[in-house]
Formats: sequence, structure tokens, C-alpha cells
Amino acid sequence: MAGAAGVLLLGFGWEGYKAAAPDDGLVLGGVRVLPRTTDAAMPHLWDLAASAGEPVSSAAGAPPLWLVTLRGAGSSLVLATAGWVCGVLVGLLLAVVMARLARARAVLLPWVVLSQVVPLIAVAPLVARPDSADGQPWVPVVAIASYLAFFPVSIGALRGFTAPDDDRGGLYVDLFRSFGVGWWSGFWRLRLPASVPYLLPALRLAAANAVAGTIVAEVYTGLPGGLGRLIVDFGASAAADPARQWSPLLGAILVGLATTLVLAGAATGLRRYRPGEAR
Amino acid sequence: MSRGASEDLEPDANPGGGPAVAPDVGQAAVPDAGPDTSPLPEAPAAVEVRGATREFPADAGSTSALAGVDLAVGEGELVSLIGPSGCGKSTLLRLIADLDTPTSGTVAVFGKTPAQARADQDYGIVFQEAGLLPWRSVQANVELPMQLHGEPAVTRRTRAQSLLALVGLADFAGHRPHQLSGGMQQRVAIARALARSPRLLLMDEPFGALDELTRERMQTELLNLRAATGAAVVFVTHSIQEAVYLSDRVVVLSPRPGRVVDTVEVALGDPAERAQSGGALRGDRAFFELTSAVREALHASGRATATT
Repeated sequence: MAGAAGVLLLGFGWEGYKAAAPDDGLVLGGVRVLPRTTDAAMPHLWDLAASAGEPVSSAAGAPPLWLVTLRGAGSSLVLATAGWVCGVLVGLLLAVVMARLARARAVLLPWVVLSQVVPLIAVAPLVARPDSADGQPWVPVVAIASYLAFFPVSIGALRGFTAPDDDRGGLYVDLFRSFGVGWWSGFWRLRLPASVPYLLPALRLAAANAVAGTIVAEVYTGLPGGLGRLIVDFGASAAADPARQWSPLLGAILVGLATTLVLAGAATGLRRYRPGEAR
Repeated sequence: MSRGASEDLEPDANPGGGPAVAPDVGQAAVPDAGPDTSPLPEAPAAVEVRGATREFPADAGSTSALAGVDLAVGEGELVSLIGPSGCGKSTLLRLIADLDTPTSGTVAVFGKTPAQARADQDYGIVFQEAGLLPWRSVQANVELPMQLHGEPAVTRRTRAQSLLALVGLADFAGHRPHQLSGGMQQRVAIARALARSPRLLLMDEPFGALDELTRERMQTELLNLRAATGAAVVFVTHSIQEAVYLSDRVVVLSPRPGRVVDTVEVALGDPAERAQSGGALRGDRAFFELTSAVREALHASGRATATT
């Protein structure tokens, strides 16, 4: 209900601003602080809806825009999911190594953080060579998505795996030590379950990163089928049909919603591992 | 090879996983390990501490928590460690549990090194906080040590249920820890500590966070548990009454660095008798005299340290 009301409110805000604000937006000292409201910059919502029903090209039998967008969203979702899975696996692996060996943590952690300082635009050309004919064209896209996804997982999981060290003065760690079992038993029975409250937000962040990484990589490589390619194609014909440009954006929102729903489901399934709300 | 098999069939008979004491004599389910029927001519003491010193590195030099402590706890004996806060009584318990190592001196548990005793699961430990895993049910918490040591599910379930019955929580097996009161949580922690049938129970102010009434009830329950299991107990406390009520012997430690300043023998009858008499014992003249003796020793140790 609240979600539907939010969408409705956004629609009213859009049309309200478009009606109230001047066509050229608001320019103060040469800086435009409020956006233009022309039909090219902010099409009417009904124009967006009408555009969604129109075929994407004049060719006979061309599919309508909404179907192309939906397919693009589906294609991007598949790649983002693959990138997310790879990123999560790599992130978890790094976190386990860093949690197990203090020395590995000292060596790896700075590199993990540094990996995200490098701008994606600098990494993309190294991974994705649009001219290279070898291999599957979607591999670089997945690689870039996982490159962005692994980071929050490795940091969040490390935080979670090491949480029992500080919890109640190390009481749980002492307890497991008294049981006389090895580190891995403690990992499966204590550290992993205790990490869930840290892991869930990290997985959500990773999903958002994977979606953004996928679309950026699709734009860069021009991989056909995904939302990134639609952004490139519709951008080229923006002057003729400004409303179309908005469809990949809505598609990206759909992909985000899908991942959020799945992860919310996972969070519900794991709620007994989340103290405070444990019921 | 017969060792693994005997463990599977009769995990209670050989909690240590050490050399099997006796060949399998059938798999009659004995809920608790009986008194030790060791063939050795002279069983080693449950705990033997000699000249244990523990120093912690500090900004300037080091601070000493324990200085040359001697302690002996016989099989089935309950010994309380009492002293002012920060006198190192918890440190001493941690040395016995192999959660910490002495700077000098030796610690032996059933004649072995503490590390070996820990590996053999010769002791169970209870802290001031119950430390139950919040995502597990009460029963699963009691089963945890057995599960970690690969005991079969059926054995675990049966034993956990009998232990929960022993601490009076049979009806709460399916509850989650946060649904239980502090006293009940501590009972679960005790049941968990007994899960591997240890012959030694280490307790670090286990009733310290409980209200007075619950505390007294738990003390009587501990006496009953002792009578039922025959396990030796090292009990850290700062309550004089608690120490006298529970113990065969009260060891009084001085303020930091902890030293043994006095030992008070408590001859108030065996645990079962004490539990029987219940609260009445606390009003006895003998009880009063013993608490006075412990209090006197505590004050004397405080004065001695203050003047040096």
C-alpha cells in the first residue's frame, strides 16, 4: 500500500513540478539549480506510457518498447545475478581467509579497500575489450559486476565472522574453546550464524552494485540485449523520441526491485539469526 | 578401532575419549556417568595447581594477577575461590580451563596438562553470563557440545532431554533462550556444561547476576546436581554465604596479586544432606561460625595487603 502511494506521489511530483516550474528551470549565477521542464527533458507521464506501447522501429513486426525494455531488464538481471553470485563467493572466501589468519587480513584488507578506489571506467577497458573476438561476450560484463559486488560482502562478512571475538568479552569464543574443537567447527556453529546480521545488508549492497556494474559494463561493451545497450541505442535517437530514453531507467528499477524482493525473502527466512528481532 | 565404536554406542562411559576404561558391556542408556571406577591404584586429583603466577603486560612493566598460587581439588570435591574483585580468582579458573596459560608454575587437571584435559573434554564450564546461542532452541543449546563432537542425533536428543529434566527445564526444550528468565538460562548453561559428562565443573560466578531468591534456589539445585553427578567443582564467587553453603573447602585469595591466604574447611555434611536441609542450614550456628571465619580471613588479607 505504502509502496503504491509512494509511486503515485512521485508521479504527482513529476507532473506538478513540470506544470509549476519555468521551461528553462532555474538558473542562478550561470548554474542551473533546477532542471528544465521542456518535453524533451521531462516528458509527460502519458507520453511515456504512449511511447511504451509503440514499436521500437519502423520495421514490420517490430516489438513494442515495453516488451524490448522488459527483455532487456531480464537479460541484465541474469547477468547481474551471475555477477552477484561470483562476487559473493569471492567476497566470502576472502572474508574466511581474513577471519582465519590475522596475517592474511593485514596483507589483504588494504588491497580489498584499494580495489574500490580504482574507478570502474579505468578497469572496464582492461577486462572488456570490445574488439576482442575470443570468449563469450557476456563474460566481461559478469566480471565487472562481480568486481563491484565482492567488496561489501568481504567487508561485511569479515565483520560478522569476527563479531564473536568482541561479543560479551569473548564469552562465546572462550566457550567454544572449552569445547575443545577446531576453528572450522567454531566457524560453522558460531561465526557463520553470528555473521547473518552483518551479512544481509552486505548482500543487499552487493546486489545494488552488481546491477549498476552490469549496466555500466553493458554500455561500455555494447553487449546486445541488456539495458545498457538500450541506453546507448535510445540515447542516439533522443532528439526524435525523448520519452524512450526513460524506459531503460524504469527497466533498471524493475531489476532492482526483483533483487530486493528476493533478498527480503532470504532475510525473512533467516530471521532467527538476527538478534533483537528474533522471534 | 574399538574406541570409536564404543564411543558411538556408549558415549557417556568415556567422556574423555581417552583410552577406553572397560570393554562394552551392552548399551544400556545410563543418563549420567557414575562415579569413576578407575582401575588406577591412586586417582590423580581433579585439579592440582602449583606455584601458578600470571602476569599481564601493561604500559609500564607488567601487572601481576596471581602470585604463586597452590590449589588442590580432589575427585568429587567442591572448592570455592573467594576474594575481592580483581584478585585473580577468575584468572585462576581460566588457567585450569586452558583459556589462559600461567606465566610460571604448573597446572594439572586429572594428572594431564590443561590443554589435554580440554581436548579430552574433562571439564565443563559455566560463566556468569549463560552465553546461550540465541538462534538455537534450549535443547539445541544443550546438544551443542555433543553435536560438535559428532555424537549421533538420537544420543544427543535423549541425553539433552535427561539433562534438561535434571535442571528442571524439561518443559522448555523447544523454547528459545530469550524467552527464558536469567535463572532458567543459567540452568540451561549448566545442563550444557554437563553434556559431555565431565568429572569437573568450572563455574565462574555463575549465580552472580541473579536475584537473591533465584540465587539461593540455584545453590540448592547445584548441591543436588553434585550429589547426582559426583563431579568435582571449582566455584568462583564473591559471596561468603554462597561459598560456605556449597563448598567442602573455601579458598580465600588476597587482593591483587592473588595469593592463597587461608583455607576454611566446611564440615556441614555431604551435598545431598545440605540440599535436604535447604534453607534451614543457613540459619545454623555452625554455618554462621564458618561464614564468620571466611569473612575474618578476607578482612585479614585485605589489611595485610594494605600495609605492604
